[in-house]
Amino acid sequence: MSTAVRDQSGREQSGPRTGTMAQALNLALRDAMRADKTVHVLGEDVGALGGVFRITDGLTAEFGPDRCLDTPLAEAGILGTAVGMAMYGLRPVVEMQFDAFAYPALEQLFSHVAKMRNRTAGKLPLPITVRIPYGGGIGGVEHHSDASEAYYAHTPGLHVVTPATVADAYGLLRESIASDDPVVFLEPKRLYWGKDGWDPAAGVEPIGKAVLRRPGSSAVLVTYGPSLPVCLEAAEAARAEGWDLAVLDLRTLVPFDEATACEVVRSLGRAVVVHESAGFGGAGAEIAARLTEKCFHHLAAPVLRVTGFDVPYPPPMLEHHHLPGVDRILDAVARLQWEE
Amino acid sequence: MTVLDHRNDPVAAVPGWRPGATAPRTDPAPLLPDPEPHRALGTGAADAADPELLRELYRRLVAGRRYNQQATTLTKQGRLAVYPASTGQEACQVAAALALRPQDWLFPSYRDTLAVVARGVDPLQALTLLRGDAHTGYDPRATRTAPLCTPLATQVPHAVGLAHAARLAGDDTVALALLGDGGTSEGDFHEGLNFAAVLHAPVVFLVQNNGYAISVPLTRQSAAPTLAHKAVGYGMPGRLVDGNDALAVHQVLTEAVERARTGGGPTLVEALTYRIEAHTNADDATRYRQAEEVDAWRAHDPVRLLEDALRGRGLLDEQLVADAADQAEQLAARMRAEFHTDPELDPMSLFAHVYAEPTQQLREQAGQLAAELAAEAEVHGR
Ligand SMILES: Cc1ncc(C[n+]2csc(CCOP(=O)(O)OP(=O)(O)O)c2C)c(N)n1
Ligand SMILES: [Mg+2]
Repeated sequence: MSTAVRDQSGREQSGPRTGTMAQALNLALRDAMRADKTVHVLGEDVGALGGVFRITDGLTAEFGPDRCLDTPLAEAGILGTAVGMAMYGLRPVVEMQFDAFAYPALEQLFSHVAKMRNRTAGKLPLPITVRIPYGGGIGGVEHHSDASEAYYAHTPGLHVVTPATVADAYGLLRESIASDDPVVFLEPKRLYWGKDGWDPAAGVEPIGKAVLRRPGSSAVLVTYGPSLPVCLEAAEAARAEGWDLAVLDLRTLVPFDEATACEVVRSLGRAVVVHESAGFGGAGAEIAARLTEKCFHHLAAPVLRVTGFDVPYPPPMLEHHHLPGVDRILDAVARLQWEE
Repeated sequence: MTVLDHRNDPVAAVPGWRPGATAPRTDPAPLLPDPEPHRALGTGAADAADPELLRELYRRLVAGRRYNQQATTLTKQGRLAVYPASTGQEACQVAAALALRPQDWLFPSYRDTLAVVARGVDPLQALTLLRGDAHTGYDPRATRTAPLCTPLATQVPHAVGLAHAARLAGDDTVALALLGDGGTSEGDFHEGLNFAAVLHAPVVFLVQNNGYAISVPLTRQSAAPTLAHKAVGYGMPGRLVDGNDALAVHQVLTEAVERARTGGGPTLVEALTYRIEAHTNADDATRYRQAEEVDAWRAHDPVRLLEDALRGRGLLDEQLVADAADQAEQLAARMRAEFHTDPELDPMSLFAHVYAEPTQQLREQAGQLAAELAAEAEVHGR
């Protein structure tokens, strides 16, 4: 697979590099489109503008407007059209402009995209990737900051993938596009501009594998997507309190890597699940319940959750009170019944 | 190059876009539907029509009527879970199937099993959704017939996307989406038609306007002059046709399919028709419509209209009538025979085809069901 990319001056670049998640996602799209001409990108403003987050930057210029299509403003229409394109053998990658603006497409997603393979007894799998910038922390006004993963994870038939590192952004997006199952690919928009050193050729763990980002001996923070950096920061801060926290990045909510999560939790006996979306009915509820069911006799304390509050996403000047931060995570860690 | 216009050229992004520009970007006049619905039977068009086409339409309409009767009977016998009959709409159903060529795709709704059968899908396979044993009983790819669609109008953008992909591939494929009058109020209808027009996709939309969405009459559904007029707002032609005139529907659809095939873009066709039966066997139509209305439509019956036309041309001979009746009875007999027994179902198939590969959680749940089944078998075995 080609991993070449042009730098500002138009030179092809390959190999290890430093870059942002946004650049890695852009490269993943470009490489996928180069490798497979059935890959088509469609969405709002994905053409000349390159998307409001510039993730599709330059794709129309390289592949033409048929391969990277500016659609009318209609999310159900975009996804519904992608369904028909996939039925005819294409591999559409749909961009939703923001988390909350994907909601008009939910009927197409829930009733058709998620079910088509099943309702046709495997005859019409839909290899569609739905990219959705999601979550808060960017000072966005109303309707631009929803962490919407639970809706998707609750719907059988969808894979739900959410990278938290630059390398994963590239590797998981490539794998999502290549998957014959529909993937909801949730891009933590507050991590778009974070830089990291990475090598596209190095590869990453596949969809469905959780990765231990930080080993530890006291307890584990189980998290994904936008909350990973917060958890790593909390783990660093916890050292001062005498805790050596492990951090597990789930990377994909569906399939959920129960084996890895259980292994870590059994070995440490204490776990906190962290996500920024509302706690009630959230992914953390499912994860905590499963970990409790499967690891009960290894637990020294109940599996706790640190999540956003059960409130509509707040105005930007208040969002820092809503989003789980280091202190809230450490408070939960303190409640893991350390005193024997 | 691209199938889309002007996109790479920022100067021409919107041709003529200057302050004070007021001229319509397309001339609406040719898009407008004719004031009267197109009719062919009982006109000179029927006299000019290919006799074999008329005979074929007749045989299929007679079989279609019998199919509807038989399916309704099967619901009364508990052999079908539910059946939305297309009795009275057979002309639309049959003409839709006949207007398509093998490479074209049909996107039917729940009411369109007759169109699916007329396309050549086995009736048993076409009816699994309504029997309750499988969501889709046929291979959509092999039959180029999408699954029967229940969420209203959601099949519309699918047809557009498939047609668009076919056009990008340079293939000679047209998509035909079927829906009802009520479905035209859904957002997906609007989004689908707008996409179709913008993408210039080779797709045809056939709205079978039977006057009602379950109990709600068209007057509560839309204030548009006709549903065909909606096309104009999208920049595609709207066509109005007598939906009980099989030849007229066939002509209008054939023309629209040909137009799509030759690069002319999408067409919206509104066929005026009536469902003689209730919405489904579970519905009570006497609560919302008058018997005299039903009688008026019975007098404008699609089978009778065709019979009259055939008689007028001296084509309704004993042979044809006998052949049609015979084919209809054969179809009904096959349905009775095939639906006589309960299907054998594998409970473990619940877990098939959720994903390409089952997740760990699905494997565990499959194990749970297998254990439940084994325990059940043991109890029954004892
Ligand atoms: C999105 C959605 N809303 C509601 C329904 C329930 N429903 C099934 S058929 C129907 C009426 C549809 O009327 P119309 O489009 O005119 O088609 P017809 O049944 O008359 O053929 C309704 C409301 C549905 N299937 N999908
Ligand atoms: Mg209706």
